[in-house]
Amino acid sequence: MTDQQVYPPIHLRATGLSCGRGGMLLTDQLDFSLRNGQTLLLRGPNGAGKSTLLLTLAGIIAPFSGRFGPPDVDTELPLLHYCGHRNASKPRLSVLENLTFWAKVNGPTGMTPQAALDQVGLGDLDGLDAGYLSAGQSRRLALARLLVSLRPLWLLDEPTAALDEPGHQLVTRLLANHLARGGLAIAATHDPISLPDPSSLSTLLLARAP
Amino acid sequence: MSAFLAMLQRELRLALRGGGDVLTLMLFFVIVGAIVPFAVGPDQTLLASIAPGIVWIAAFLAMLLGLERLFRPDHEDGSLILLRHAELPLSAAIAAKLIAHWLVTALPLLLASPILALLLAMDLASFWRTLISLSLGTPALAAFGTIGAAVTVPIRHGGLIAPILIAPLSVPVLIFGVGAITSPQSGAAALFLAALSLMAVALAPFVAAFAIRSAED
Repeated sequence: MTDQQVYPPIHLRATGLSCGRGGMLLTDQLDFSLRNGQTLLLRGPNGAGKSTLLLTLAGIIAPFSGRFGPPDVDTELPLLHYCGHRNASKPRLSVLENLTFWAKVNGPTGMTPQAALDQVGLGDLDGLDAGYLSAGQSRRLALARLLVSLRPLWLLDEPTAALDEPGHQLVTRLLANHLARGGLAIAATHDPISLPDPSSLSTLLLARAP
Repeated sequence: MSAFLAMLQRELRLALRGGGDVLTLMLFFVIVGAIVPFAVGPDQTLLASIAPGIVWIAAFLAMLLGLERLFRPDHEDGSLILLRHAELPLSAAIAAKLIAHWLVTALPLLLASPILALLLAMDLASFWRTLISLSLGTPALAAFGTIGAAVTVPIRHGGLIAPILIAPLSVPVLIFGVGAITSPQSGAAALFLAALSLMAVALAPFVAAFAIRSAED
């Protein structure tokens, strides 16, 4: 993996972003900004709106008010990877078939699927049906999807959920590599993440609505 | 193009590895047609005269069975969110789904239709017309079904709403489908059926993509 920047300069800003679900306001008037090589960690208790905020940033849920994107209103949001609670893998397709599908549909701009599987520690399970994977292994398969297509913005929802200790280190390593290449990431997590360069890390604390 | 083919391949693999889904569909189609002689009595001339209608109703009902499979699994495992962000446009992904849906629900019905023709005492000439009518009309049913499934996918347990939603849209298909078999101007009816299918198939992916994009997860 190369450590040089591969993404163009990107500046993303949220201004007065309020979002929620089912008419209930969860996060009120958020402001933050993010540049190449930076990570924003979302922290807060269960129900504080971390997942909702990530879905809003991904454009799946419309915000109540405010906007997120490049400061220039006409520019579109860069390509992004969303990695949610659900792993989007099909139990009846093999591990490699699942990953190859996403590589083709998202554009095979990153590693080859086999190399990505080796990277996340599923290299020897490529022929297995994804339905037989454990929760942690399914998670690793979902993370491999981030590697097969190069996209500057990663939105990660509990990336370390169900992962063992080496899995936590894997997430940290993948994230550090992504940032080194000039990527941006926003991650909701309860686990501590320590990156080699702590200055690239900022934290946004979400409080639970009263 | 390779992304489109990958999508098509995935849909077909999922459907064919589904363990007998296709066979169930064919059996359902044949059984719906086969119970009619028991209900209306063994009058051969009556059966032959209502056979085109029965075949089309059986095909319509059988194609409703596959609708749940179209978007629901992708919605539940999070794939649909990712498809919205894929490089392949969502409408192209849905077009691939529509083609796969036709291949695994309508094509088996065409293959099973000789059995039904036999059970309903159809003569050979009207069987050929039935085959042509079904192949021209089922793409429209698949397209309307895709729209119905896309609109109802965010509704939990919305499985029964899609058929109700698309029934009115399917009425012209049934009218001209049966017309292409029985009416004196069967050629004109067949042409209209083909036009209906072409229009529906061309527009459905965009309508369905719009429905999915405007739905909140």
